[in-house]
Amino acid sequence: MIPALVVFLYLGVVLYIGIFAFRRPGGGGAEGYFLANRSLGQYVFLLSLFGTNMTAFTILGSAGHAFANGVVTYGLMGSSSALLIPVTLYLFGTRVWALGKRHGFMTPVQMYRDRWECGHIGTAIFAIQATLLVPYIVIAVMGGGTTLNAVSGGVVPYWFGGLLVAAVVMSYVFFGGMRGTAWVNTFQTVLFLTFGAAAIVFIGVSIGGFPAAMERLAAAPESAPLLTREHISPRFFFSYMLIPLSSIMFPHISIFCLTARRMGQFRKTVIFYPLCILAIWLPCTFLGLAANAMTDVPGIESKLEARAELAADAGGRTPAETGELQRAAAGDDVIILMLEHYAPLWLAGLLGAGIMAAVMASDSQILALSTMFTEDVFAYYGGKSRFGSAVQVQTGRLFVVLIALVAYAIALQAPPGIFGIAVQYAFSGFATLLPLLVAALFWRGSTKWGALAVVLWTAATMTAVGVLQAVVPAPAPGTLVPIWTVGGLDVITRTPGGTAVLGYMPVLPMLVGSSLLMFVVSRLTPGPAAATLRRYFPEPAA
Amino acid sequence: MRNWLLAAAVAALYLLHQDVWFWDAARPLVFGFLPIGLFYHGVYSLAVAGLMWALVRYAWPAHLEAEAETDDAAGGAPTGEGRA
Repeated sequence: MIPALVVFLYLGVVLYIGIFAFRRPGGGGAEGYFLANRSLGQYVFLLSLFGTNMTAFTILGSAGHAFANGVVTYGLMGSSSALLIPVTLYLFGTRVWALGKRHGFMTPVQMYRDRWECGHIGTAIFAIQATLLVPYIVIAVMGGGTTLNAVSGGVVPYWFGGLLVAAVVMSYVFFGGMRGTAWVNTFQTVLFLTFGAAAIVFIGVSIGGFPAAMERLAAAPESAPLLTREHISPRFFFSYMLIPLSSIMFPHISIFCLTARRMGQFRKTVIFYPLCILAIWLPCTFLGLAANAMTDVPGIESKLEARAELAADAGGRTPAETGELQRAAAGDDVIILMLEHYAPLWLAGLLGAGIMAAVMASDSQILALSTMFTEDVFAYYGGKSRFGSAVQVQTGRLFVVLIALVAYAIALQAPPGIFGIAVQYAFSGFATLLPLLVAALFWRGSTKWGALAVVLWTAATMTAVGVLQAVVPAPAPGTLVPIWTVGGLDVITRTPGGTAVLGYMPVLPMLVGSSLLMFVVSRLTPGPAAATLRRYFPEPAA
Repeated sequence: MRNWLLAAAVAALYLLHQDVWFWDAARPLVFGFLPIGLFYHGVYSLAVAGLMWALVRYAWPAHLEAEAETDDAAGGAPTGEGRA
């Protein structure tokens, strides 16, 4: 129960920081509430941006993935993000910031509407971005419930943990807006970086050193492949590298780019971002891998037994039984189990708080959805001019409450697996939308019809993948189900983890398709007026 | 020329992420506990930080900040009402 008390204390500190600690008199209207008056300093900008990207999946999901798949996790999700997130911030984030500063944009949709002289197509972009973002918020509430339940040893029920997380996040987003959210994220990132390192040391010492654990894994035939990537196809690995392209397309990230006081704040962010990834992802991956050697932890031992049963001959096993075994073998809570078993109570509590910090990264997403709704829908369709700026901010706050309540209601009803899959879709979907940003910033010839084609293609392909995975159940690990074969070549296959197209993740053909559509449709349709183009692509001085 | 070199460096790091040469290798265990594939990607992340430093140092788009400070001569407030 002590770790749970530390977590409660932590939630209190977060509330104080988010609501009171950095409050500014006056507030600054809509720009003050939604963008912190574009005034964040460089360290808050770096740490908060990193904290915003570091969700429940980073901490719990990466360790769980490494527990099942081994070292490949860091290459798939960590080092690929270490390259592509800073590069996209450098290439696109700086330009989004500059355009926001020049034209007063508060959301990406405002930029698209102005750049392509469109209105309702901008609303279509808002709709797809909002749809892809909602599962993230729901899963954060679910993660909060699960984490509090785990660190309290089951004393705090799931429903109460989820309610508490939803209420805390809603409160500081409601009162603190972007400034409160940014400072909370900064605090959370520092906390996790500090106590994560301590956890590594304690666990390493407790199990008799990591070298001995790795030697045990390397010596056992069933665990030795986890130290290599022999179970992962190079095509899958290659196409997974497109996933981090989604980061800059997430509305909460592109909106966050608008909060920097000066463009110089991006300098340290892009340099230190890969180091932050290294500091958090690599230990999480390594701990998840090392958990396979910790058979003295009862919870981990039962997971290993379930995995061994899954790998054994599946003859006579029903799909329901297979699903039950897959759930029993899932490793999302291995870090919590290790902490409970090996770390002293005070550290387990602090780390539990750190994990809560990651789980609660939904704050930025809730605020982004609220910003988008009030700017792209409420203000755009006349609400701001009719009711004024103060009512716009109150509408944004009301929207924050509504999102938190809806997310909590869904989290109570939904089975855990569903939103994990939905979040997978979100990454692919936002990566598929990338041609919108590239074309808006760099291609004079792009048009609103090209943008609409990208949106429709993204919606159609995501729906197709979703339907396919709902209709064709996941096969047992190590097996594939061909869906469409041409001349003996498996074009589309159902894999245990999702869907593959010629062995690649769906994100590859989805991104290629959206890029082609943007190009072809834009070439066939008229673009915006010359005056608009001059504002985005000024002629060089003679 | 410098910008082309930096762009080539970004492309090279993108390709170096696909380290097929360590695909099936667990050993050596660097520092006694880090499988070589994991160590490679750790070092890779450090190399990316170096590349980003070079991009910031030698190819920083400073003109964007200068442009952002100037008023938009065409009066470019977000538009689009009543359009498709």
